[in-house]
Amino acid sequence: MSTPATKPVKSLLVRGYEVVIGFETHAQLSTRSKIFSRAATAFGAEPNTQACAVDLALPGTLPVMNRGAVERAIEFGLAVGSHIAPRSIFARKNYFYPDLPKGYQISQFEIPVVQGGAVDFYLDDEKRTVRLVRAHLEEDAGKSLHEDFIGQSGIDLNRAGTPLLEIVTEPDIRSSAEAVAYAKELHKIVTWIGICDGNMQEGSFRCDANVSVRKPGAALGTRREIKNLNSFKFMQQAIDFEIQWQIDEIEDGRAIQQATVLFDPDSGETRAMRTKEDAADYRYFPDPDLPPLVIEPEWIERVRSEMAELPRVMAQRFVADYGLPEYDATTLTQSKAMAAYFEAVARSSGQPKLASNWIMGEVSRRLNASETAIEQAAVSAAQLAGVITRIADGTISNNAGRQVFEALWSGQGATADAVIEARGLRQISDAGAIERIVDEVMAANPDNVAQVKAGKDKAFNALVGQIMKASKGKANPQQVNELLRKKIA
Amino acid sequence: MPTVNKPLHELGVAELTTALRDGELSSVEAAQHFLERARSHHDLGAFLAIDEELTLRQARASDARRASGAAGPLEGVPIAHKDIFVTKDLPTTAGSRMLEGYRSPFDATVVRKLAEAGVVTLGKLNCDEFAMGSGNENSAFRPARNPWDITRVPGGSSGGSAVAVAARLAPAVTGTDTGGSIRQPASFCGITGIKPTYGRASRYGMVAFASSLDQAGPMARSAEDCAWLLSSLCGPDPDRDSTSLDRPTEDFTRTLTDSLDGLRIGIPSEFFGAGLAEDVRAAVEACLRAYEKLGAKLVPISLPRTELSIPVYYIIAPAEASSNLSRFDGVKFGHRAKQYTDLVDMYKKTRAEGFGDEVKRRIMIGTYVLSHGYYDAYYLQAQRIRRMIADDFQQAFKVCDLIAGPVAPTVAWKLGGHGNDPLADYLADIFTLPASLAGLPGMSVPAGFGEGGMPVGLQLIGTYFSEARLLNAAHRLQQATDFHLRKPEGV
Repeated sequence: MSTPATKPVKSLLVRGYEVVIGFETHAQLSTRSKIFSRAATAFGAEPNTQACAVDLALPGTLPVMNRGAVERAIEFGLAVGSHIAPRSIFARKNYFYPDLPKGYQISQFEIPVVQGGAVDFYLDDEKRTVRLVRAHLEEDAGKSLHEDFIGQSGIDLNRAGTPLLEIVTEPDIRSSAEAVAYAKELHKIVTWIGICDGNMQEGSFRCDANVSVRKPGAALGTRREIKNLNSFKFMQQAIDFEIQWQIDEIEDGRAIQQATVLFDPDSGETRAMRTKEDAADYRYFPDPDLPPLVIEPEWIERVRSEMAELPRVMAQRFVADYGLPEYDATTLTQSKAMAAYFEAVARSSGQPKLASNWIMGEVSRRLNASETAIEQAAVSAAQLAGVITRIADGTISNNAGRQVFEALWSGQGATADAVIEARGLRQISDAGAIERIVDEVMAANPDNVAQVKAGKDKAFNALVGQIMKASKGKANPQQVNELLRKKIA
Repeated sequence: MPTVNKPLHELGVAELTTALRDGELSSVEAAQHFLERARSHHDLGAFLAIDEELTLRQARASDARRASGAAGPLEGVPIAHKDIFVTKDLPTTAGSRMLEGYRSPFDATVVRKLAEAGVVTLGKLNCDEFAMGSGNENSAFRPARNPWDITRVPGGSSGGSAVAVAARLAPAVTGTDTGGSIRQPASFCGITGIKPTYGRASRYGMVAFASSLDQAGPMARSAEDCAWLLSSLCGPDPDRDSTSLDRPTEDFTRTLTDSLDGLRIGIPSEFFGAGLAEDVRAAVEACLRAYEKLGAKLVPISLPRTELSIPVYYIIAPAEASSNLSRFDGVKFGHRAKQYTDLVDMYKKTRAEGFGDEVKRRIMIGTYVLSHGYYDAYYLQAQRIRRMIADDFQQAFKVCDLIAGPVAPTVAWKLGGHGNDPLADYLADIFTLPASLAGLPGMSVPAGFGEGGMPVGLQLIGTYFSEARLLNAAHRLQQATDFHLRKPEGV
């Protein structure tokens, strides 16, 4: 049963219409062999070299469930807080197509293995929740190749029988940006827990978006399904185009017909493939070749105990153990590598909030600019911890810290301490030394001192600037401030 | 030795095994003898494929295994397989034009297990197309003839299997039973056949008709011979068939001679109603009296949904068949129409040409009952009643140890006797369908003769995994009667 979304959905009206989007995502599960046969699932092999008798649907062959595929479905269900059905049913979806060797696809229909759950993510610093209806196991079809076979089609059955988890949401998404944010979060979850390699080019993570529009408060509009969105960029473009197209149709007085559409990246448009009139009757019925899939609680517990810490659990831990704000914790758990980097810096420096600021600031900025993954960051966690340690213990200023970081990033030095020594960035915290400089500057600028006494703060700042300059930026600014106030008061 | 006094083809599996073991006979000699018989009885239409060279090669290998001390329990026994089982070394057609010329790259598990037990394969046996039929008249290639009267059907769908055993072309064979396809032809041809509990024999490599019902089993002249084969062909096959049950193989020959003293035999009143022909009733009732003499007690029981088993079966089986047969689309293997204009035309012509009338009829029925808007009224409702039928049996087994009755309402009918009336065929399945729907083991045991001197079969039905008990009851009857030893004239 569905529970209400955590927050009332904030509508971003488009030309006065509310956008309603639901997602169906096919995540290819990372098993070595297929869902019902022992053939390999590796991508890119010569056509039909990874299709065994079962995949070819030769007479007498029968499906045997791949345990690994079930475990991955359980992992996903645990990751998104779903109910794992103790007993789920495989069904046959019957239709004729040359790349569907049995003439039916084995899927789950009435009772799926994963039921309910939700995906939480941030969109523009606002927490969003998209509820899941279900996630079910099914087999992929082969591929029809229409090029290179003049007047004929080629069939490659390497992909036939590849395990898929189809993840279906409630229609909780209200904009193309939110759709992309959801898809990215889902992508993060499946790759984080390792059930899917997430390779969108190779089709390991394919999204279908059901899009409709309505006047606020009206009943749901008729939806059109955009199939096979395999990049986040196209996803946003396709949905934006579709929204405008549907609004145009309605504004022009035409009703939306339920249809399946494809996005053409070249034209930037969506095009109908088939309408509801040609919708097939799939004649679903329970597959008599496969007994109900029974999942005992012990199995779920074993899978749970062997699972990596989930992003949202890890984020909660970051809040509890490191005192991070929830936003920081969520951002730092965008990937396992990012989280690991943070933890290494935080532990080594003892400064989790500083570590978070640096990683979300300097480090992310540079990674984004150079399109580099954090695994390849030019400054290691240990090096960054060195910088932060020196800022925290007052050895260097924040400004000097940035210089040290820049030097480390560009390879000019091995450790923060080495850079600090080489460049003489250590700040002066010796009270006697600072006092001498303060006295000198005050003596040289009697007008400013007089103005400060008259209550002008600008003059105070000017004096601080002079003192910092005289110390070549090395004086501890806090100490300078305190000393100056004391002397002038 | 008693065996030498009989022609080779009169020896049963047990006797052959002994003769082969004692060196009175080689595997090659046995194979040659039966190949010769198959050749001279070609007109009966029992076989669809024979490869004498292959058979002799297997027989020589069998003799070599025996010489090296590696003989299996059925070493050198020549058998033949219903053409529903896929075989690497022989073509597999399932009695259909659709699979003419098809070669499987693997052997069915049942075929493999029997080969591992040492059998030599004589060939592939005729059957109704995709095992759909009760008279073997739906074979796309040729009808099989009942050796007791060649103007009559041998029953079906394992018709060729029953003919081969009754005509002594093979001491034992394999068959498959979906709604009675082992028991009914066994009954019509006066031989013994057993369909084990659903899930006891692997379905891997059986061309699927109705997945939730299909089950392999042996057919032979006696219960003892069936026990020999069944002991080898059963067993779990979890890596290939998910519906195969985790139940260890048994030696079904061990308890054959157990006493029947105190055995409670349930007699379902619904099996002895107005639809039962008088000659069949008389033969079956005589057997029941023989059981009483053996110490068994007859207990009246009721299987109230017996009649419903016909509509239930003829919804569920076609539904599954319509889906199972979708793979025959001309794309990957089997028949493809020579000329077509586009993909849909290719599908239509391929299937129109490749399938026979009865197969098409069942595909249409099955497609209909699974269609949107009809599924609940037909398929779901049939599944509900199927469960009740299974429950009725469990109620009955509270007061009896096994159930006995006729296999079929009549003896074998004339070839073409049902004309073009498929319903007449369907109604004749009434006594075999209930056990199929419940997944129970059932067997047919020769019970005497009826109209036209045609054999009558006694059906024994047991609860799940009671094959040993059934074979024991059948064997004891066969010790007390000689129906299973009678043979058709001219054989």
